[in-house]
Amino acid sequence: MLKKIIFQFLALSLIFTYSAQSAESGGMPQLNPEFWISQIFWLVLTFGLLFIILSKFILPKISNNLETRKSQILENIETADKQREETEKKVKEFDKIIHDTKVEAKNFFNSERQKVLDDINNKRLSLEKDIEKEIIKAEEEIDQLKKTSQEKITKIAIETSSDLVKQLIGEDINKSSLSAIVEDLSKKEMEKHNGI
Amino acid sequence: MAANPMYQFNVYRIGPEIKINNIDISFTNASLFMVISSLAILIIFNLGTKRSIIPNKIQLLSELSYSFISKMISDTAGSKAKPYFSFIFSLFMFVLFCNMFGMIPYSFTVTSHIIVTFVLAAFIFIGVTIIGFIKHGLGYLKLFVPSGVPMVLLPLIVVIEIISYLSRPISLSVRLFANMMAGHTMMKVFGGFVVSLGIVGGWLPLGFSVALTGLEILVAFLQAYVFAILTCIYLNDALNLHH
Repeated sequence: MLKKIIFQFLALSLIFTYSAQSAESGGMPQLNPEFWISQIFWLVLTFGLLFIILSKFILPKISNNLETRKSQILENIETADKQREETEKKVKEFDKIIHDTKVEAKNFFNSERQKVLDDINNKRLSLEKDIEKEIIKAEEEIDQLKKTSQEKITKIAIETSSDLVKQLIGEDINKSSLSAIVEDLSKKEMEKHNGI
Repeated sequence: MAANPMYQFNVYRIGPEIKINNIDISFTNASLFMVISSLAILIIFNLGTKRSIIPNKIQLLSELSYSFISKMISDTAGSKAKPYFSFIFSLFMFVLFCNMFGMIPYSFTVTSHIIVTFVLAAFIFIGVTIIGFIKHGLGYLKLFVPSGVPMVLLPLIVVIEIISYLSRPISLSVRLFANMMAGHTMMKVFGGFVVSLGIVGGWLPLGFSVALTGLEILVAFLQAYVFAILTCIYLNDALNLHH
């Protein structure tokens, strides 16, 4: 209902405004030739000046800018390509250097290891020689000691036995006979000891 | 006064009356808007000529319109039309800016006057005809004789071709003028409805008015484009005679 009323109101007002406007209007101002010459004059003047200024000063600058930008971009792309190639070369070189150094390091490591091993071997050999010498020396010493100790022991034994005899009997006994006896005994003991 | 939709097209004198040899060339509101449009074009495109490799916004705008029109010309008229680039560029920009300034409320639309569009169209017509006769001599008349037409039909076709050729300036000028006038009149009429229907019923025509404004901006651009592209097509006929 409300819609219908609004619609009717709208339609009525449309008609009213139309009739009011058509009563007022005096035709198209475009067809009034009063200012035609003036319009043509100003059109020719402004458009002519616009055309001259645009074509002489502004448009060449714009086209120049576009051209320089194009050439600049091409140049930049070229240099970028060149630099990329260079980088690739450098990367290859770098890889090669790294590979070489790795190989070198391996070689160096191996040679050093060999050296150290050799060194250790040499030292061990010399040490072993030294030890052998020491052992031989020690054995000799021991042998000597064995010999000397036996003599000493017999000497001591003779002395002690003579002392003992003296104390027991109260007189001196011939030393040479005593020593013969002691030597004999000690020889027997030694044979027992040495398992001969 | 405001209710009359045609009132906006009235031309009136601004400043003193200027007369040379009894011919009135006074400065009018139409002249004012021609000057404003031209100055706006010159200022915008002059700001767009900075020599920087990375363009700013206004430079981008001018360079994009340059390449847009350059592409339009090379697409429709070929490479031979290059010398006429600056004329078509100025023409397109002038019509576009006049149309667009006309969209500002209380402004004046220069292109809504038949005399302005007709002078532009007549200049193009005469120029194109002269170019055609210079390039091809009397051979330019072959334009009116399409190839592959049976002899019987030829007299009729030639007459039709001549009429269509001669009506070019009229169709070119009336198209622009009528579009601009009709659009602005419609907007004024709907604006009048808003006022007369008041707060109750004024919303519908207000919505229409808003939608029409959008449409008119589109039409303003489109008509400038059509004007320029038709100029290119006429130029193409004159430069590359192949019918």
